[in-house]
Amino acid sequence: MKKTILFCFLFFTLKISNAQETFPVNGAWDIRPGQYAFTNGTIVTSADQTISGGTLLVKDRIIEAVGKDIPIPKGYTVVNLDGKYIYPGLIDAYTTYGIPEQPRQAFGAGGFGRVIVPVSTKPGAYGWNESIKPEMNAKTVFHGDAAKGEELKKNGFSTVQSLIHDGIARGTSVVVSLADERDNLVMLNDQAAAHYSFSKGTAATNYPSSLMGSIALLRQTYYDAQWYKTQKAEYNISLDEFNRTQNLPQIFEVTDPQSILRADKIAKEFGRHYIYKTDGLEYRRIAAIKATGSEFIIPVNFPEPYDVEDPIDARTVKYEQLKNWELAPTNPGVLEKAGVKFAITSYGLTNARDFWTNIRTAINSGLSEKQALNSLTTIPAEILGVSGKVGTLTKGKLASFIITSGELFKPDNIIYENWTEGRQYVVSKMNIADLRGNYQLNGTGFANTTLIISGTPGVYEASVKRSGTDSTRTRGTITRNGDRVSIYFDYKKSPEGIIRLSGYIASASPVTLKGDAIFPDGSLSKWTATFTGAASASRSSQDTPKPNASVGPVIYPFTAFGNTEIPKAETVLLKNGTVWTNEKDGILKNTDVLLENGKIKAIGKNLSAAGAKVIDATGKHISAGIVDEHSHIAATGGINEGTQSVTSEVRIADVIDAEDINLYRQLAGGVTTSHILHGSANAIGGQTQLIKHRWGMLPEEIKVAGSDGFIKFALGENVKGSNNGPVANNSALRFPQTRMGVEEVYIDAFTRAKEYKAARAVKGSTTRRDLELDALVEILDNKRFITCHSYVQSEINMLMHVADSMGFKINTFTHILEGYKVADKMKAHNIAGSTFSDWWAYKSEVAEAIPYNGKLMHEVGLVTGFNSDDAEMARRLNQEAGKAVTYGHMSEEDALKLVTLNPAKMMHVDNRIGSIKPGKDADIVLWSADPLSVYAVAEKTFVDGVLYWDIEKDVEKQKAIAADEARIIQKMLEAKSKGAATQRPTATRRRLYECESVEEDNFVVADDYTEMERAKQAAREARDHNEQ
Amino acid sequence: MKKTILSLGGLLLGISFSYGQANISPAKPQAKPVVITGATIHIGNGQVINNGYITFVKGKITGIGEGAAPSVADADVIDATGKQVYPGFIAPMTTLGLIEIEEGARGTVDDTETGDLNPHVRSLVAYNTDSKVIPTVRSNGILLAQPTPNGGVISGESSVVQLDAWNWEDAAYKKDMAIHLNWPVAASGRERRGAALPVPGVVQETPAQRAQKKIDEITSLFEQAKAYTEIAKPTVTNIRFEAMRGLFNGTKKLFIIADNAKEIGQAVAFSKRFGIAAVIVGGKESYLVTDLLRDNNVPVIIRETQALPDRDEDDVYLPYKLPKLLQDGGVLYGLTGTGFWRQRNLPFEAGQAVGYGLTKEQALSMITLNNAKILGIDKTTGTLETGKDANLFISKGDALDMIGLDVETAFIQGRNINLDNLHKQLYKKFSDKYGLKL
Repeated sequence: MKKTILFCFLFFTLKISNAQETFPVNGAWDIRPGQYAFTNGTIVTSADQTISGGTLLVKDRIIEAVGKDIPIPKGYTVVNLDGKYIYPGLIDAYTTYGIPEQPRQAFGAGGFGRVIVPVSTKPGAYGWNESIKPEMNAKTVFHGDAAKGEELKKNGFSTVQSLIHDGIARGTSVVVSLADERDNLVMLNDQAAAHYSFSKGTAATNYPSSLMGSIALLRQTYYDAQWYKTQKAEYNISLDEFNRTQNLPQIFEVTDPQSILRADKIAKEFGRHYIYKTDGLEYRRIAAIKATGSEFIIPVNFPEPYDVEDPIDARTVKYEQLKNWELAPTNPGVLEKAGVKFAITSYGLTNARDFWTNIRTAINSGLSEKQALNSLTTIPAEILGVSGKVGTLTKGKLASFIITSGELFKPDNIIYENWTEGRQYVVSKMNIADLRGNYQLNGTGFANTTLIISGTPGVYEASVKRSGTDSTRTRGTITRNGDRVSIYFDYKKSPEGIIRLSGYIASASPVTLKGDAIFPDGSLSKWTATFTGAASASRSSQDTPKPNASVGPVIYPFTAFGNTEIPKAETVLLKNGTVWTNEKDGILKNTDVLLENGKIKAIGKNLSAAGAKVIDATGKHISAGIVDEHSHIAATGGINEGTQSVTSEVRIADVIDAEDINLYRQLAGGVTTSHILHGSANAIGGQTQLIKHRWGMLPEEIKVAGSDGFIKFALGENVKGSNNGPVANNSALRFPQTRMGVEEVYIDAFTRAKEYKAARAVKGSTTRRDLELDALVEILDNKRFITCHSYVQSEINMLMHVADSMGFKINTFTHILEGYKVADKMKAHNIAGSTFSDWWAYKSEVAEAIPYNGKLMHEVGLVTGFNSDDAEMARRLNQEAGKAVTYGHMSEEDALKLVTLNPAKMMHVDNRIGSIKPGKDADIVLWSADPLSVYAVAEKTFVDGVLYWDIEKDVEKQKAIAADEARIIQKMLEAKSKGAATQRPTATRRRLYECESVEEDNFVVADDYTEMERAKQAAREARDHNEQ
Repeated sequence: MKKTILSLGGLLLGISFSYGQANISPAKPQAKPVVITGATIHIGNGQVINNGYITFVKGKITGIGEGAAPSVADADVIDATGKQVYPGFIAPMTTLGLIEIEEGARGTVDDTETGDLNPHVRSLVAYNTDSKVIPTVRSNGILLAQPTPNGGVISGESSVVQLDAWNWEDAAYKKDMAIHLNWPVAASGRERRGAALPVPGVVQETPAQRAQKKIDEITSLFEQAKAYTEIAKPTVTNIRFEAMRGLFNGTKKLFIIADNAKEIGQAVAFSKRFGIAAVIVGGKESYLVTDLLRDNNVPVIIRETQALPDRDEDDVYLPYKLPKLLQDGGVLYGLTGTGFWRQRNLPFEAGQAVGYGLTKEQALSMITLNNAKILGIDKTTGTLETGKDANLFISKGDALDMIGLDVETAFIQGRNINLDNLHKQLYKKFSDKYGLKL
């Protein structure tokens, strides 16, 4: 270490002290020694060491010495910092300082139609997808930006990381100092880190259009990069650079904790260690965050309070937003307490001036000053590999430091100067009088008048008070320029109009101001202001909120109806109900069910169990939890990767959103298990995920462990793109456009898959691993199972033929609206049918969909179920099953199985769920009435014996939410009345997916999709506007 | 009850003679008196008659009561012992008969005209009596409907039709009785996904400003229309204003689609200002302004109970509870389902409210008497009372419940209508293919 520092020292003195050797000079050379001695200050060399009355010696760009009793050599400019402080210059670990904006690609041309961009259009030997651009190097585009640099320097930063904020693989970043120098002189690390995100950014390539597509692409890129090292056929700059940058720190931009966990899964899968730049919401899942073992870069862009005066408008603010306003400032403190290593960035602040206010808010909310300093100095230095140069005030490091009036984190501290690499930048002049205070104003027209100057030395505020018979008080405006001041104000009465004062600082101690005044009528007078004492509490009190003891608890998940504590499995005895066993016992009256350790323990009459919670089910019905074979809830960032006809590499498992309120709402309809499917935009969609409605758990925890893998296929109009909007250029439509073409998509895909499998099987094969084909091989090997969206009989028949000829099986036809027409053929292939109860007429291919479909398939002997494909219908699947009684008079016992045991069979989990049988999972619903009836209310829903839905507790939760909202709103109103800036409520509604909504889902960019939605909305509005 | 459900008989009665839609003919006028006996009769106004009878002659109800029916000469007597009799359900605000296939078949879509202000376009003339959808809805007890135009700000005018007719003239039950207005939505952010991004060449307005502009436009239209209609025969005819005459002379109602509490408030004030009889349609937040609605006699047509709440914070059952909230608030409320084919679920949409506060008879009133009142047809239908049209049906079980609904016989204006439909026919066809005895 010592050696390194020494080396750096030499390196820099040689390179820098002689200015830039290679550049010619116009006129005489002007090399200054840059030798300074800062004396008598309190020097905080790091969070661990403070030297009072110390000396800091700077020679050109380097700290020559720091300590007590250091002799000052001759030739040094001495700066006496009596009473002032020196801190290491701060480091912002995440900025786009000096990086040009990436031009956003048009997402449509030729009106609002689409452009098909299947592969990269970037010239050169780059990779196929524009969002993977590890070849981008910030060092080649960096150019110092004086205005932005000043903004950072005012906040005390002297060093920043700059990155190209665009794409999934974003290339390398630089670490630069903010010295106002030629670009050649500020570069501290020209390859600081490799950057990643889930957002495709400006890439024009259509793929990926979803978050799961982004993840799949990144995963495939890791495999491709490994393969690239072993082959000689292809030259690919992107893959080459991807490999080359693997040894740098890997920084991944994510958002909320679920997003962090998504990235962390990739890290673990490929043996990577990511550093996460987050949205600062880690407090919501701190244990899981800590468990990643990663370092973090967190923002302090805490939300402003909302405008909540109008109770109707306030309703649009989500509970989550209210709570976040209160809890976001606790985030740094929470991370500190958990022992997570993190740097703080000013990135994301709308207004750079909020930085210090927010840092102090964080400190009032639990962050220690020591941690704050480390998170702004040594930790970012370490993360970015520049510890040898910056982060502490140590001999040999760069002379990057700030001079402050007092302790850095105290509310009234002033940053006077920011020295970057020995270059002085004055934020606020230090050796001039602080003007704040009360003054007696004397002069003609100023009888009984007090002038109050408050604010900060950077931004003064003035007010004027007149006492006596004509008493009044008004706010004025004051500007200081060096020794000159100008003040103006308007009494509004006697006289009416603006009075202007201009003057100068006549004496510094005590401060006396003198000058001339011009009255509204043009008359002149002389004035003098004499300091009489310190101003009382200034407006800046709002900048320093009091430590806030009373913040609400974190809830799981962090949304309405979240739990303060995750509920646990109990021993429960349901007494004397009507039990729909779904087993050969049928429907048993006056029967008890015992739940223990998450399983069904016993069924029978007069059961008893010590310590069990007893629930009287007299007059009520008990059934197995509802299983929805076709759902699109609890997934985020789009459920269709419809940009290619085959996307078997994308996985719903990667994008599970365990915080979807619909998980809870559906528990309130008795749903306990849902099969989350990719949409139906393409012939071979993505891999699916079976989940249980474990409200409050993490995405990985709601997955049904050990269940078989499934994949979504689709037939029909969606695959053909029939109902999509206008396309810019008809010749560039995605294949297929007919049912003829659909068949060939399958033939082609499985032909490739078979050849791939054979090629990979050869010993020592160098065949590139292809995740798309891997999934198809799994199908061929009976390790992955197909659920295929289907409507009309011709195509259903076709796929069965393709399956036969290519040697794979179809597990389930989902939707299968014309299943009744080919039920015999499906039976021969042992394929299950999961349909709607009664949907039809919503498009051409359902013109002959009938509500007797389920009944007919059932009678022919298929495993038959009803599914929802809809977040609303899902919570009434019991009623949908009831419609099998309406249409076709199916027996009630069989009807209930349509939404419980039969879908469990389809998902190969009927050994665990779907019926009430000892040993099976305790997924149980207590209904107020016959579960098939429109009158049935799900009163309690257990998943694995845990009571996740209880109609009585729900009432309590609603009351608690209302009370908590009211409490927070009171706080917000208080904050606003104290002058805090506010924001207008603009809550957005959660996006609901169903597999039919292809058009909406196409061209939606992961994580950027809200923005894209806005752009689409704007486009629609523009179109509407033009039409009018 | 159970027995009824399990007996598979009756359902397919009448199918054997009718294959293919072309064979489902409108029924002949009632020739002979009909007497239904022994039934549980749901009047539609909250009352139930157990073991009751009902008689109707030439399309009108002539008698209703408990116990044995009075003898009626030459009558067809239907023994409905153990069965339920209901007034025909009424589906307001629907596109039934205006759309045959929703997507991908534009030629069958006739509910949305181009342009913003179309008070003059009439849904009645686009109502397709030959739609294959209508019989599937009718066979669930929906006997009257209000095919309604969509789109723009003023979508057009609607009529009430009965669902067994050769053509729209026959079908018309109450002509051109309402004009439909979509109240401008000042996006609360929940309606629109965030603020619009700037688009070159388009002046940016806030959603509230945009909505206000529309409201100003509508207000101006109504002011001018009102002035225009003060003259019986203006020299220059404006067919938009002519269509609006009825609004100002009380022969037409203004149906205003508004969900948000603020917008409902604006809409009520607007209708008051012009002295127009208004109906709020949608009314998701109407429960927040029940006093306003009650005090101004403005009824609400709820659009679906089977819906998700708008806000994550809302009671998860809020849409199920909305009817009860309006009941308690003293507001007159009706109910419709969504779209066209889904109207066959209208009874279940009503039944949905029963688990969440309404009584069964109140739920029934929503889709019978209340809808009739709101549509202004309660003098002739909506309840089973002497003098009203014999719009009624017999169900084996509880018609609001999926495990009860089983319409055996239905009458529209006394005509015994054919309850066959495409779905029953295909069911029969494929049962035969597989040799199933159903």
